[in-house]
Amino acid sequence: MSIEVRNISKTFGTFKALDDVSLTVGTGELVALLGPSGSGKTTLLRIIAGLEQPDPGGGPILFHQEGVSERHVSQRGVGFVFQHYALFRHLSVFENVAFGLRVKRRAERPSRAVIRARVHQLLQLVQLDQLAHRYPHQLSGGQRQRVALARALAVEPRVLLLDEPFGALDAKVRKELRAWLRRLHDELHMTSVFVTHDQDEALEVADRVVVTHEGRIEQTGTPDEVFHHPATEFVMNFLGDVNTFHARVQAGRVQFNSLELPFPDNRQQIVGQARVFVRPFDVTIDTKTNGLPALEARVVRVHSAGPLVRLELRTGEDQRLVAEISQERFRTMNLEAGSRVYVRPRHIRVFAG
Amino acid sequence: MRTFTRMLSPRLWVRTPRVLPGFGLSMGLTLLSMTLLVLIPLGGLILFTATRMTLVEFWEQAIVEPRVLAAYRLSFGASFLAALLNAVFGFLVAWVLVRYPFWGQRFVDALVDLPFALPTAVSGIALTTLYAPTGWIGRWLAPWGLQIAYAWPGIVIALTLIGLPFVVRMVQPALEQLEEELEEAAASLGATRWQTFYRVILPTILPSLLTGFTMAFARAVGEFGSIYFIAGNMPYRTEIAPLLILIRLEQFDYVGATAIGVVMLLAAFALLLIINLLQWWSGRYRL
Repeated sequence: MSIEVRNISKTFGTFKALDDVSLTVGTGELVALLGPSGSGKTTLLRIIAGLEQPDPGGGPILFHQEGVSERHVSQRGVGFVFQHYALFRHLSVFENVAFGLRVKRRAERPSRAVIRARVHQLLQLVQLDQLAHRYPHQLSGGQRQRVALARALAVEPRVLLLDEPFGALDAKVRKELRAWLRRLHDELHMTSVFVTHDQDEALEVADRVVVTHEGRIEQTGTPDEVFHHPATEFVMNFLGDVNTFHARVQAGRVQFNSLELPFPDNRQQIVGQARVFVRPFDVTIDTKTNGLPALEARVVRVHSAGPLVRLELRTGEDQRLVAEISQERFRTMNLEAGSRVYVRPRHIRVFAG
Repeated sequence: MRTFTRMLSPRLWVRTPRVLPGFGLSMGLTLLSMTLLVLIPLGGLILFTATRMTLVEFWEQAIVEPRVLAAYRLSFGASFLAALLNAVFGFLVAWVLVRYPFWGQRFVDALVDLPFALPTAVSGIALTTLYAPTGWIGRWLAPWGLQIAYAWPGIVIALTLIGLPFVVRMVQPALEQLEEELEEAAASLGATRWQTFYRVILPTILPSLLTGFTMAFARAVGEFGSIYFIAGNMPYRTEIAPLLILIRLEQFDYVGATAIGVVMLLAAFALLLIINLLQWWSGRYRL
C-alpha cells in the first residue's frame, strides 16, 4: 500500500505549518519524517491519518492511487500510534488491543473466539502476552507503547503511522524499542511512516528519511544520502554536530581562516561568500606541523569517556572547534588541556552564504 | 478495601519525617469538628429514639405506617429521579461548557452556581408561579392534563434545579482533563462517534459523574424549602418526609419526628454507601 500526498498546505491561524508539501511513500517502506519541533512533521502525519484537514486547494491524498481525502479517519484503515500512547485506561491490555475489533459493525465483527486468538497473537508479537489482564497504569512506558502498537495493528491497517513513538521514553528503552520496531517492520512489511526529532533514531530505523524544516521538505533520501550528502545547510546542521567557518570561494579554491583548500566535489558551484562545514570526525589532529595546510589550535577541554575522544579546541583566530579522534590516537599523542595541536580538515562541505 | 488495610497498617503511626509536620494537630482538629458537627447530633438523634421507643413501636410508627411510607417513597424516588436527570443534563451542560467556546460562555458558567446561592424557598416560589395551572408554563400544560406544580413532577423539577451545580462542577474538570488523543485513537481504530462516546469518554469520566450524582441525590433527599411551596403537601400524595417531620413536631410528637429522622438517616447512609462502592468499582483501574 503506497501513500502519496501532493501539494498539501496547512495553516493554523497565521502560522504556516505546512507549505506546499508533496511526499510519496512506497509499498512496504519505512519512512522517517525528521525535523525540529514546529517543522510540520506531525501535522503532515496527522493529515495522512485524517486527524487533520489540509487547507483547501491542495492536491489529493492517495492510498494506493485511491483518493482518501474525503474519508473520515475511522474509514481510512490507518493504524495510528501516539507519542503519549493514548491507551484507554479503563480497559485492560487485552481489551485495549481488542477495541478495534469490538467496534466493528456486526457483519464484519469476528467471533469472540477469533478476537481472543487474534489479540493473544498480537500480544505475543509485542512480547506482552503474560500481561494481558493488567491495566495501563500498571505498565512501564515501553510496555505501554508496545500495547499501543498492538492495538493499532489489531485492525489490520493498510498503513501504520507513528507520531514520535519513543519520544516519551528514557534513552535505553528508546534504543531497544527502535531496534525492535525495525525487526517488526522487517517481519510485517507494512507501509509505515514515523515522526521523530531524533536524528539517530531516523537514521538507524528508516529505509528513507524525509527532513522537514519550517513547513517544507528539505531533503529526502536514504539515511546514507542525507547524512553523507546533505543537500542544504539545514540538513548538514541538523544531522549531527558540525563546525562552521565563514569562507570565500575563488577560482575553485576555498579560503577560510588561514587555510586554502581545493573546492570539494559539490554539485552546486559557488563564487564569493560561502560557509564551510566540517564534521568533528572529519578532521585529523597532529601535535606537529607536517607541511600540509592545517589550523593551529589549543585544546580547551578533553572528554575521553566514550567510544571516541572529543576535543574542544580554540583556534588562533579565537574560534571554537570540536574534533573527535579515536582513543588509541588520543593515547599516542598525550594530549591535555592547553596542548598545541594542528587541525587538518579531511572532508569539507561548502554552501553559499 | 485498600484504604481500609492502609488504615490498619502500622505505617501511618510510624513517625516519618515530612516536609509539612503536624499530623497530630490536624487529625485532632478533624476528629473534633467531625464529632461536634456530625457525630454528636446524629448520634443524639438515634439515642433519643432508642430510649423512648420500642423496636415494635418504631417499626409501626416510623416504617410501615402508610402515610410515612408514602412520604419516604416520594422523597427518595423524586430525589433519585432528579439526580438521574441531573446526571444527564448536568453532563450536557459541562460538555458544552468544556468543548464548545461560545459567546457568553462565562455568563452561563456563572449561572450554573446560582442554585447554590439562591434561598431555596425563592426558587420554590418561582417554580410554583411558572408551573401552577395558571402560570406561564403550567397554563399550556394544563389542557393536556399535565399537572406539574402541586404534583410529583413539580417536586422532581425543584430537586433537579437545586442539584444541578453538583454534577456540572464534578464533571467539568474531568472533561477538561480528558485527552483529545483518546478520542482520536478510538476513531483511528474505526469507532463511530457514538461508540467513542460510550466506550471511551463515558467510562473515563464515570467516577466523576457518579460523585456528582451522589451529591445531587444527597442534597435532594435533605431539601425542604423549595418543595414546601411547589409540592402542595397533600398527605399520601405530595408530602415529603422532611415535611412530615415538621408536621409531627407541630403536633408535639417529638419521638415520632426523630424516628422518621432516624429512618431517613439510615436510608441515606445505606444509599450513599452503595453509590460509593459503585464509584470505587468504576474507578478501579486508577492508581
